[in-house]
Amino acid sequence: MGTIKLENVTKSFGATVIIPKVDLEIADGEFVVFVGPSGSGKSTLLRLIAGLEDVSGGAIAIDGRDVTRVAPARRGLAMVFQSYALYPHMSVFNNIAFPLKMAGESRETIDRKVKDAARVLNLTSYLERRPGQLSGGQRQRVAIGRAIVRQPTAFLFDEPLSNLDAALRGTMRLEISELHHQLKTTMIYVTHDQVEAMTLADKIVVLNGGNVEQVGSPLELYRKPANLFVAGFIGSPRMNLIEGAAADAKGARTIGVRPEHVTVSKTAGDWKGTVGVAEHLGSDTFLHVQADGVGPVTVRTDGEIGLAHGETVYLTPDQTKLHRFGADGRAL
Amino acid sequence: MARQVSTGRKTVATAAAWLIALIIFFPILYTIITSFKTEPEAIAGVSLIPSGTFENYVEVQAQRDYFKPFLNSVVISLGSTLIALLISVPAAWSMAFSPTRRTKDILMWMLSTKMMPAVGVLVPMYLIFRDTGLLDTRLGLTIVLTLVNLPIVVWMLYTYFREIPGEILEAARMDGASTLKEIVYVLTPMAVPGIASTMLLNIILAWNESFWTIRLAAANAAPLTAFIASFSSPQGLFWAKLSAASTLAIAPILIMGWFSQKQLVRGLTFGAVK
Amino acid sequence: MATRQTRSLARLMLAPSVILLLIWMIVPLAMTLWYSFQNYNLLNPAMRSFAGFDNYRYFYTDPAFFQAIANTLIIVLGVLAITVIGGILLALLLDQPMFGQGIVRILVISPFFVMPPVAALIWKNMIMHPGYGVLADVARFLGMRPVDWFAQYPLLSIVIIVAWQWLPFATLILLTALQSLDEEQKEAAEMDGANFLNRFRYIVLPHLSRAITVVILIQTIFLLAVYAEILVTTNGGPGYASTNLAFLIYRTALLSYDVGGASAGGVIAVVLANIVALFLMRAVGKNLDR
Repeated sequence: MGTIKLENVTKSFGATVIIPKVDLEIADGEFVVFVGPSGSGKSTLLRLIAGLEDVSGGAIAIDGRDVTRVAPARRGLAMVFQSYALYPHMSVFNNIAFPLKMAGESRETIDRKVKDAARVLNLTSYLERRPGQLSGGQRQRVAIGRAIVRQPTAFLFDEPLSNLDAALRGTMRLEISELHHQLKTTMIYVTHDQVEAMTLADKIVVLNGGNVEQVGSPLELYRKPANLFVAGFIGSPRMNLIEGAAADAKGARTIGVRPEHVTVSKTAGDWKGTVGVAEHLGSDTFLHVQADGVGPVTVRTDGEIGLAHGETVYLTPDQTKLHRFGADGRAL
Repeated sequence: MARQVSTGRKTVATAAAWLIALIIFFPILYTIITSFKTEPEAIAGVSLIPSGTFENYVEVQAQRDYFKPFLNSVVISLGSTLIALLISVPAAWSMAFSPTRRTKDILMWMLSTKMMPAVGVLVPMYLIFRDTGLLDTRLGLTIVLTLVNLPIVVWMLYTYFREIPGEILEAARMDGASTLKEIVYVLTPMAVPGIASTMLLNIILAWNESFWTIRLAAANAAPLTAFIASFSSPQGLFWAKLSAASTLAIAPILIMGWFSQKQLVRGLTFGAVK
Repeated sequence: MATRQTRSLARLMLAPSVILLLIWMIVPLAMTLWYSFQNYNLLNPAMRSFAGFDNYRYFYTDPAFFQAIANTLIIVLGVLAITVIGGILLALLLDQPMFGQGIVRILVISPFFVMPPVAALIWKNMIMHPGYGVLADVARFLGMRPVDWFAQYPLLSIVIIVAWQWLPFATLILLTALQSLDEEQKEAAEMDGANFLNRFRYIVLPHLSRAITVVILIQTIFLLAVYAEILVTTNGGPGYASTNLAFLIYRTALLSYDVGGASAGGVIAVVLANIVALFLMRAVGKNLDR
């Protein structure tokens, strides 16, 4: 089991309010991603769940048990830190064994569990090495190994991939996803990278300024962003957010349309514009168009488009995929 | 990027630096040389080649019981260093990893106790020691040197601990380590280089401390500082023997000092220059 | 970081150091202050009475007091001038590429590790002795009359000895600071057409300013309290010619057994040191913020 429930959780440091009030329920086995820009309170929220910080108000329950005042080690959680936080003076074996040793497990049990974990994570041949002798991806796996040997009720990941290079990040993302499928344990994962959020999560919690902006599955967030912040944060390239006459025409303060939901024509369309920079990625091309009376619009087209800087184009947004937002920023 | 420098310039710099370095080192070098001369040789004018006698070292032990003050120095400097470390490690842990709004003030205040001139409290310390029977005891000197150097030890450890990422201690906490285990299994092993250099510097400072050791111990507990100072009263010529005693007194610290140059800068400037 | 639990534990861990230092600071200082207002001589301990400001007046009117203050200042300023200027020049030299840099560094730093009584005795007997010292030999070789350093220039002799002990300290710290200067900054200045002097004036010196401040302040603290060097060489003489404040207080306390008078001197010394300390704390404190 691994249900986690946050009720009216607040956190402030002195007079600075970090988290005004959060309610959240996480089901057993769910992969939940906290995503938001830096300073959004996502890491603080994770540390509150871990017990590394005290809540200023509210309650946290794990499997129905109130753990608000329980020490971190007794909450049955395991955490993978951003810097991995491996013990540099211990071998890989001892790093993974440390939580078991602290729990007073027998030598044989420790040996068996560490070796099992090492097999799962492809670390068997590195057990005698020190963390300093490992590559970034291997260190990451040791940190995960240290977390899984305890068989925790839930895993907490604090931006675990942000110190890896782009290629490795992709591989590790897959490995973590695969691990979740194998273990079927609740995982809470903090990141500022919306791509990681979209690819990993069963459920995404979008945070901004300590407030939960929206909770939902990746596709829900993509299809039905609840407000301007989520609309702008989820999806890459960013959704085009347009104000003024074009929005008024739709009865909204702001309208949003994703770059992939705009069609380009050299002859006719709703908005007339001038082509600026075209970014050719091979499979796709991102066109940055300056549309008359609308403003800058990014358009995603297939890779083979033949448009030059300064040419005139006509853009047509897909009316069925149009998002409308009111004056308060909420979706209409 | 180190640039290629012409050999000519390098030679000039080398010559100048060696000349000055040898002048600065000369008094020490000459003391070592003199310690291997006979007494008449020692006052017979400048000569850099001794006859190579070990007589003086034997004599210093035989006549003046050199080993006693040496042992006192060892006991007092090691003892005060270990006690100071024992008190400082928890304090530095506390300030480095659970800082409060007042941490900086406390650190500054600790430093300020170091600024108090010893001579300002000589009278009460002398009277307290006289009345409690601590005068001329190793225990008394150990206590004073512990207190004198405590701020530096706390400070040095604090600057070293601060370089250890807090996440590692949090990881230990998540892994179920109690605070004691956290300090014993994780913090201390990681801080070994820092703790070692703190120890080294503190031993050097305690070994060379020459106010309290001279004033509060005269005979039984007198360490090398007081022992050497007692040579100042002119009782005939004994330069070769004095040189032997001096060489023995400074040799261990000189060697330790050579190994701790980097840490020394940091410790003596309270982390202001690294 | 941290929770209530770890925070209260942290306070508990800090307590022993704080309490010990608090006692160490307050008790002797309070006693010094108390004695400084008492007529109290160890030769006649029964005769104790309230003295008001008599001890201070006595100390103040003693001509030796002003000489001691002057001597203290001369020692501090003299040694500072030699070590800071010498230290900068030496650090610049040692920063050059050369053969055997490591050994040169070790030779230069060594005097700092020599305990003060040994340093003083080496200089007194082997170097500055008017009959058998190395300097006397050199003088005779050059056909000059040897100088009787401690009789003719007692204060200068002490300044030289103390400067010898502290020059390595200044050099080492300034060299460390110098080596932390970004090489590219110097190269950029060179590209901008700055010659050696200008690079020193506009790049190196400003970079060293903080280290120089630290050297001056820390040395001042120790130099105000020079003691062992005087004890084993001149014993404060001739007369009071090489007596500094610390030595004067020692004389009053343990040679004339005048507890009251020595305590008044102690209070004055503490006040002087605190004025210096105030500046040092500011400099170090600023560094803490970064």
